[in-house]
Formats: sequence, C-alpha cells, structure tokens
Amino acid sequence: MKVLVPVKRVIDYNVKVRVKADQTGVDLANVKMAMNPFCEIAVEEAVRQKEKGAATEVVAVSIGPVQAQETLRTALAMGADRAILIQTDQDLEPLAIAKVLAAIVAEEAPDVVIMGKQAIDGDNNATGQMLSALLDWPQAAFASELVLSAGSAKVTREIDGGLQTLEVALPAVITADLRLNEPRYASLPNIMKAKKKTLDVKELSALGVDTVPRLKVVKVVEPPKRTGGVKVENAAAIVSNLKSNGVI
Amino acid sequence: MAVLVFADHDNTTLKDGTNKTVTAALALSSDVDVLVAGKGAGDVAKAAAGIAGVRKVLHAESDALGQGLAEAISGLIVPLMAGYDALLTPATSLGKNFSPRVAAKLDVAQITEVVEVVDGSTFVRPIYAGNALETVQSSDAKKVITVRATNFKAAADGGSAAIETIDAGPGAGKTAFVDQKIVRTARPDLTAAKIVVSGGRAMGSAEEFQRVIDPLADKLGAAVGASRAAVDAGYAPNDYQVGQTGKVVAPDLYVAIGISGAIQHLAGMKDSKVIVAINKDGDAPIFQVADLGLVADYKTAVPELMDALTAAGK
Repeated sequence: MKVLVPVKRVIDYNVKVRVKADQTGVDLANVKMAMNPFCEIAVEEAVRQKEKGAATEVVAVSIGPVQAQETLRTALAMGADRAILIQTDQDLEPLAIAKVLAAIVAEEAPDVVIMGKQAIDGDNNATGQMLSALLDWPQAAFASELVLSAGSAKVTREIDGGLQTLEVALPAVITADLRLNEPRYASLPNIMKAKKKTLDVKELSALGVDTVPRLKVVKVVEPPKRTGGVKVENAAAIVSNLKSNGVI
Repeated sequence: MAVLVFADHDNTTLKDGTNKTVTAALALSSDVDVLVAGKGAGDVAKAAAGIAGVRKVLHAESDALGQGLAEAISGLIVPLMAGYDALLTPATSLGKNFSPRVAAKLDVAQITEVVEVVDGSTFVRPIYAGNALETVQSSDAKKVITVRATNFKAAADGGSAAIETIDAGPGAGKTAFVDQKIVRTARPDLTAAKIVVSGGRAMGSAEEFQRVIDPLADKLGAAVGASRAAVDAGYAPNDYQVGQTGKVVAPDLYVAIGISGAIQHLAGMKDSKVIVAINKDGDAPIFQVADLGLVADYKTAVPELMDALTAAGK
C-alpha cells in the first residue's frame, strides 16, 4: 500500500507572528520556518503504518519555494521513502493546492493520502476535504486513530461532543488531528540517511493546473489588543469582584 | 442574492450557532433560507422556522445526514446551490468537515471562519492562530463561507417560515458509519456556555484535572474547557480544547486554572467578557488578558475559591 503525505513549510509554531506595517501580510523575512505541526503528525502516522507492515511506501510531497526541500528532508528523516517538491514562489490557496495534489495523485496513484487537518498559517482546514472532493474519494477528516487494511480504512475521528468511527473504502483522504500520534524527532543517523534519499523537483507550471487566486487580500492587521486588568490578593477577592459586577 | 444557512444541531436541538450564522447571512441578503439536514430532526426544523428573518426552511432526512457524513451533506447541498449565491455554515467540527468539500465541488474558494462581513464579497477572518486578521475579497460567483459564530449576535426568535421537505440526496457513497461515542454531560455546551472553567497542563494528570476543574465548573454551572497542552498530555478529551485548533468560546465569564496562556489558547477565549486567571507564574501571558488575576498555586487557590463561592451563596 502506497501512502502520499503532503507537507507544508510554515512559520515555526513557537515564533511570534508580526504583521507588516504596510498591512500587506505577515513578516516572513528572517523568521524561523518549520514543518506544519499537523503535517508532522501525518508523516509520523504514514511511517508508523509502514513500520506496522500496513503500508509499503511513503511519498512526501510539498508545494512551495525551493526552501521547502528542507521540510521534505525532515519528512525523509522521519522515515518517508522519497519526496517530491512542486516548486513555486506563488502563495497558493487551498483550492489550488488541492488541484495540484490531485494532479500528483493521478501520477503517483497512492492508495491513501494522509495529511494534516490544518496549516497553522492560513488556518483554513480545507485542503484535505477539497482534495477528496476533486478526486471523488471518501474522506475521513480529524482522525485520532487509523487502522489500514486491504481496500479499506477504519478511522476514528474527532467530532463535536465526542468520537465517530467510519469505515472508508480506499483510496481515500485522511486528515490528521492532534491526538493521532506524537511525532518522533529524527535521529542524526536518519537525518544523514535522508540526504541520500530521492527528492524530485518539478516546476509548478509544468503541471498545467489552474492556480489563479480566488481571494484578494485587501489588508492584514493585528487584532485589537485586550488589556490586562488587576491582580488580586486572594480567591475571596475574585468572588467579591465578580459578584459586585454582576458576573455571578 | 439568496443565502443558504446550514443549521447546526444534534438531530434533537437547534444550536445557538445557527441563529448567529443567520445574523451573518442577513448582513449579506434578506433572502435567507436554512437547511436542516438530519435524522428525526423535525423539532430542529420547527425551531429553525422560528428564527426571525428566515424566509424558508429546507428539511432533508436520512441516516447519513443524521450521522453528519461529509459526502452525504455535500451531495445534498451542491445541487441546491444552483438557487443560492452563498452558503454559510457555523464553523463547528461538522461544518469544517463538509464545507470545503462543497466549495471544491463548486470550484470556489472557501472563506474560513469569518468574523466580520464587510460587504457582499469582502470578509474578515483570523489567520496565524488569531495573531492577524485578514480582510479578503472574493472573486467567485458563489461564496462558500464558514462563520465563527461567537463573533455574531444570535438572531432573535419570532419568525414563522414555511418548512419544505426536500429529497435527502445521493447518500455517503463509499463511506460507512461504524459507531459514535458522544460524551453525555449535564453541563452546558462549551461554545454556548455563559461560564467556562478551563484547566491547563499544571493539573498534571487526568484524575487531577477532574478532581479540580469539574467541581468548580459544576458549582458555577459552567462548561469545562482545557488548553491544548492539557489535551496533548491526555488530561482532558480533545473535545474540551479551547483555542485556534480547538473551540472558540466567548462566554460572560472565563476562568483559566493553571493555564499559561499560549497564543493559540488566547485566540480561542480572548473575546470572553470577563477573564479570571489563576496561575502560580506571575509572568504567565494569561495575566496580560485577564481582568482578574491571582498569582497562586491552584492547589490552594481553587479550594479557597470554592469556599468563597459557597460563602457567596453559590
């Protein structure tokens, strides 16, 4: 069974994001970048499925600038077998990414796509669902447990108020939620080994996919700041304050 | 311009997020219809018909719709969109699951977690865990939008829209429902609660989380929430998670116990009216947004808080 894992290069989740003064976007100059955390969970899951014997090959793919090769090397160091970079400096919307991924799926013919539920930059939580729609494949989003078997996958997913288990016919798209697993740190020997694994680079333009943006960013601003209030001495002061202000 | 609003419900009760999404829809058009897709959801359809400003309620019934399967809901909505210019869905787990599927089938962008409607094609939405607000203008003929319901006032009741039963659509195809575990609780729903009590990683274990947070929540009649760190560590279920990657809440009172206040958590609760924080680290970022802060170990502060509430007649 072949697994395709799309990964995205984003601002490291520990970095404080700054909005540019000209309101055109977020400042990415000289900022630490890393693999999107939900993508890490997806890579980890694919690698675990291979280690369990449920999957045979894990192919990581990224769509982004030349530096996204580093993100793919991280995936290779975690245990992916090979990688593909669709190189572009264009900032693509989820629908365009889904279309590019659909073109890669047509070439690679994976049995399952495992990807993060959300990238922490755009926070759209849309690409996986869109990919499954474009392919007319079943989807199982927000997975917290995945059992792959021949021809189908049993997926437990996080829903409002609890958990739901679905059985989807393969091929399918599965998106990873927080509790699916805890991603490993790549060991130094595996980082060295990853340097020798195959990483194919293709130009986005070579795929002939429509990636014209549908949304124009008018402006990006900082949210209104909430100002802190007072510190109180003890718990009784909290209650008397809440009571006198009619909160409780 | 006609707008379709997807009703959020559990097949029995219409959720408040629907009324709030209707408010967002009425900012776009006065022709607002509500779709109730479910199983045995007749009461939900009646409740939706009672929302002021709603023109018509469309009601579809099937097992797959009742189970909230994305393929079934998307398959129902896509043909309906021939008669609408926009689809607005509350950004719940259910909405986030199927709405992008509808957008892709219509070949349009999804405009995610809208917090403000500027005009018929311009919307404000948070990015980077709420650290930036992006204003986007859509060039698509049809808009597919998810709405962060807490940013809109609930549309009032008092309407009397007609209910039209419609065909359930093509079903879920190659996706089969196996089972579902919904945690039944007497506590209010997290996203609709007037008071929320949340615990963080400081709790140290699931048992401690339940020992400390649950009684305080029950005393206040509050819903229970948790930080991502507490969920990550397995102290609380994922469903409790308040934050950019979890639930966004805006209660009258938010009580944060042992939560440091990571950016991603603040994004989920900073619109609360009053924020109370108890944390032993006086430099924790949670105090920068808290109206009332107490620098103390929760182990002593929470019992004192319980006593003070009892003394105040709670």
